[in-house]
Amino acid sequence: MKSKIVMFFTVIFTFLIQCTLVGHIEIGSVKPNLLVILVISMALMRGRKSGLWTGFFCGLLIDLFYGSVLGIYALIYMYIGFLSGYAFRIYYDDDIKVPMALAAAGDLLYNLAVYALQFLLRGRLGFGRYLSRIIFPEIFYTALLTFFVYRIYRLINYHLMTTKKKECDSIWVIK
Amino acid sequence: MKSPKKRLHFRINIKSKHLLAIMTLFCISCIAATLASGVTSAPLKDLAGMIIVPFENSISRIGNGLAAMRQSFQDKQDLIRENEELREQIDILTTQNGKLISDQSELVRLQQMYRLDEEYTEYPKVAAEIIAKDPGNWYDTFMINRGSNDGIRVNNNVIAGKGLVGIVTEVGPSWATVRSIIDDSSNVSAMAVSTGDNCIVYGDLELIDEGKLCFEQLYDVEDKVTIGERIVTSNISENYVEGLFIGYVSEVVQDTNNLTKTGTLVTPVDFQHLKEVLVITVNKQDILDTPSQETEEEQGEE
Repeated sequence: MKSKIVMFFTVIFTFLIQCTLVGHIEIGSVKPNLLVILVISMALMRGRKSGLWTGFFCGLLIDLFYGSVLGIYALIYMYIGFLSGYAFRIYYDDDIKVPMALAAAGDLLYNLAVYALQFLLRGRLGFGRYLSRIIFPEIFYTALLTFFVYRIYRLINYHLMTTKKKECDSIWVIK
Repeated sequence: MKSPKKRLHFRINIKSKHLLAIMTLFCISCIAATLASGVTSAPLKDLAGMIIVPFENSISRIGNGLAAMRQSFQDKQDLIRENEELREQIDILTTQNGKLISDQSELVRLQQMYRLDEEYTEYPKVAAEIIAKDPGNWYDTFMINRGSNDGIRVNNNVIAGKGLVGIVTEVGPSWATVRSIIDDSSNVSAMAVSTGDNCIVYGDLELIDEGKLCFEQLYDVEDKVTIGERIVTSNISENYVEGLFIGYVSEVVQDTNNLTKTGTLVTPVDFQHLKEVLVITVNKQDILDTPSQETEEEQGEE
């Protein structure tokens, strides 16, 4: 229960920071995506189900405030969380390279999904231009920021939430 | 020994996959509901807005404060130097001022001709501050700190000092979201000032960096629209009030059909550093409705 409350406030807080303060650190009018970092961090540290829920609520917040269609960002973020949750079993979460690679992959997935679902369908075909103008800069910036932000989420996870033991979700150990 | 292992594995796997399937269905039905039957999520949005917006207000104020502080340290040295330069310039400028005063009268005459100045002040306006921007890089929408309590409604036009900024898409009690005209999904019906020819102005993500917009379907057989032409919102637009300045034409190209023209225009608004905007609290529909009623009444009296 405690971890759920902490999770709720972490999601809200990250969303607030993303919408207000991240605008001040944008480079070349490209913002990093803190929400993707949050989702993949939680999925990496807590497993698929946590990743799924975190992603769903992050996406839902965006849908409520900025989306034209309710549920589309929730769907995208949910899948990012779920898919990066597979890393929970494979990797240890104390190696910074793993979340950085995951954040890059997650951000790529997110941007491709946004492009495919919302731009391609309106006949905007300049994919190469979008790739170099938005997608790649955002991926690099997000991965870079993961280096710093992931440590904060890791602190939150280990100090404020009840830690999920790796073993309890492992296929090798019987409860 | 084998069976419990398998069972455990099976149970956990299926559970999170089931959850994914259920939530996917939920999301898709949400999308379908909002797209097809127009089920509104307004109550949810109001609730979320009540929780989120006060925090957004204060955080963005802190952020702006910090940015201003950082700026003030940086600027101090520059300002001292600049001050000296400016003092010299004052002398030069005072002499030029005399000439400009004579130009002023000409400007007033021209403005009266355009009648833009008048129309801008005609509409009732509410000043608002931008408190949050949309979290991604694909769209250009932002949130302002005034809402239905201040008389803002959906489809209200938003302007900044020099020109049109966007349109209100959602309203809560103390907040509203605005889609700017440079957003990729924005379309504005516009016209060229000198000829009155109509065109469609739309945002293009590929041109956002240059501060440009696209226009298309400009019907201009006599080639009167040239670079530097003023483009304003048109009289036939449903959502935008007439005569709001959008930008100057920077490029015109004849379409292959030899009838219409497309091109780009430069907006005078600096969307990157936009902080305060004015919201026109009258909708085009209201303006359309009221005069017709008045004329009907007049006719009735006659």
